[in-house]
Amino acid sequence: MSDTIIQIKDVNKWFGDFQVLKNINLNVEKNKKIVVCGPSGSGKSTLIRCINRLEEHQQGSIVVDGNELTEDTKNIEQIRAEVGMVFQQFNLFPHLSILDNCTLAPVWVKKMPKKDAEDLAMKHLEKVQIADQAHKFPGQLSGGQQQRCAIARALCMEPKIMLFDEPTSALDPEMIKEVLDAMVNLAKAGMTMIVVTHEMGFAKEVADEVIFMDEGMIVEKAATNEFFANPKNDRTKLFLSQIL
Amino acid sequence: MNNINFLKPDKSNLNLFLILGLSLVFISIFDVFLSSFFKINATGFLPTSISFLLPLIIGFIGLHFIRVEYSGIRRLDEINKNFNNNNFNAVLSLLIIFIIIKSIPPVLSWTVIDANISGNSKEACTGDGACWTYIKVWLRRFIYGLYPNEEQWRINLSFISLLALGSVGYFATEKFKKYLTLYYVVIYPIIAFLFIFFFISGGPVFFDFSYGIIASVVAIIIGFFVPNKFKLYYFCFVPLAVYLSLNLFILPEEYVELGKLEGLNWVETGAWGGLALTFIVSFFCLIFCFPVGMALALGRRSELPFIKYTSVVFIEFWRGVPLITVLFMSSVMFPMFLPEDFFLDKLVRVIIAISLFEAAYVAEVIRGGLQALPRGQYDAAKSLGMGYWKMHIFVILPQALKLVIPGIANTFLALVKDTPLILVVGLLEIAGMLQMAKTNPKWLGYSMEGYVFAAVVFWIICYAMSKYSYNLEEKYKTER
Repeated sequence: MSDTIIQIKDVNKWFGDFQVLKNINLNVEKNKKIVVCGPSGSGKSTLIRCINRLEEHQQGSIVVDGNELTEDTKNIEQIRAEVGMVFQQFNLFPHLSILDNCTLAPVWVKKMPKKDAEDLAMKHLEKVQIADQAHKFPGQLSGGQQQRCAIARALCMEPKIMLFDEPTSALDPEMIKEVLDAMVNLAKAGMTMIVVTHEMGFAKEVADEVIFMDEGMIVEKAATNEFFANPKNDRTKLFLSQIL
Repeated sequence: MNNINFLKPDKSNLNLFLILGLSLVFISIFDVFLSSFFKINATGFLPTSISFLLPLIIGFIGLHFIRVEYSGIRRLDEINKNFNNNNFNAVLSLLIIFIIIKSIPPVLSWTVIDANISGNSKEACTGDGACWTYIKVWLRRFIYGLYPNEEQWRINLSFISLLALGSVGYFATEKFKKYLTLYYVVIYPIIAFLFIFFFISGGPVFFDFSYGIIASVVAIIIGFFVPNKFKLYYFCFVPLAVYLSLNLFILPEEYVELGKLEGLNWVETGAWGGLALTFIVSFFCLIFCFPVGMALALGRRSELPFIKYTSVVFIEFWRGVPLITVLFMSSVMFPMFLPEDFFLDKLVRVIIAISLFEAAYVAEVIRGGLQALPRGQYDAAKSLGMGYWKMHIFVILPQALKLVIPGIANTFLALVKDTPLILVVGLLEIAGMLQMAKTNPKWLGYSMEGYVFAAVVFWIICYAMSKYSYNLEEKYKTER
């Protein structure tokens, strides 16, 4: 069962003089769902941005699906194509329709024929239940719909891993649920996921493991039940008492 | 109480104030109208300064009277809201109305009533107004420059054909729509160039246009169909090899004669001019400066220091130099650096100079658009596995260019209006021809008409362009 897909070893990262990641070690196995939580500024987002090298780490090694992340560009693009990412601010391409948002990368990065890409996109849009919006532009959709489209867009690349960077933080409370539902469905389908979120309900429902970060370090890492029922670290206890 | 009521009209005495106010405003405007159109000074019996200011004062009081909040009369409320919402704006509105009324009669009498258009010589112009005869007589020169009269059909034919070819976009069916960009960006300029080269010029105008160049262009086009694996090697060697082997070894000497259609005389670029030249220069400068500017904008944001600083130096150099010196340099200094047997026409040099000059401005405008994009767009494109070029072509540039349409339109308008400067190197487009016409001994003293004419022509061109840019903005608007 030790089918490790992401291996993070002794990673350190600095922004100028400020150390954002301190000695991070993390192994993620295939089909596992990891939830990363922690106070803001604790380096959660930076950590998952390092996994598809939107940020560079300065020390240590990150191996994704057997490829080590280095300076080599082709390698990075190949890895990014296998790692889907969903952002807090959705980051849909506003000049393209929803359907084009989803087909752009498959067609031009994976060289998929346009027709196939459209079928694939419709399939994924169907899954997140916005197939009827396919020909609208992002600006015409609600926040929740946009975020679901962003999930579909990432899925269209048929990634092995999905990264979520606070996907619900920019949404109205009413819309959070529809996005979380889409994510729960995805988790049930067996996707490997790393989710940075403050939605503890979601963590309890789908996560295999919960990681608590503070000041650039992994403070606590435990199986979900253990984490909520029996937190060990004082900082974790404080955080949980505030958020639950 | 009564006193205040008198000064502050409200709904109860609305009608009285309305009638009083409107008639005062009417009287003031009518007075200005009389004095401006019929030279009748109704208040002449008063001291000059009072008589001068009286319409303003009367109108002001009138406007004050009709300033009733929520009168319930829609038209009146609109007037109060838009022209008359406080004392200061009331005075401004009145002044503007007066200035317009005052300026109509002199403009009208100069351009129409006292103007002459009949006849063929200066003697026909007897009135005090404009002498449109001058424009009429010189019109051919203003349009075609010094291009020989009997050859002007070549310009007409070229421009009409190019106009027809340029409008195919409107008639293209769905099936061909996707090729339109390619057509307008690559094919159309080439067609335009060929028309101008073979037809308007009819001689070895631009450079030594040889079989070698044609063959290497063909080789480059073929290159796009070469498998990716060999593309780099192909582009590095084949076109150059084709050019050299054809020019140096196979076809010596006689190729200079090639840029010539049978039966057409060569008209050298020095004789081109007028509006036709304005169009030619503007068209090619617009086409060249845009891609160069785009490349510079991307270059300036590049992470590679060499590319970055080359772009910065290039942009800052061209932005820091006045266009007029650039033109001088292109025509006087530049040829000195060229090998002796290399011939590059003045017009081509000027077009290159203006293009590079404007490219620096376009680059900065586009850079503004690039910087306005949120970083999330880059992140999203990267996270989908797109490399630098794919990210820029499909995600970044379409958005950035859309943002800067007004800025680019601005630069392009400036470019079109800068073209008269090519006068300094002896190319006479419309304003240059004007300069020439007004110094003609037979027609001394009519520069005013000429400049008005040129202004109107430029205004029409520029207004059309700015309208077009508004259209583009509307077309690419996808937010809501």
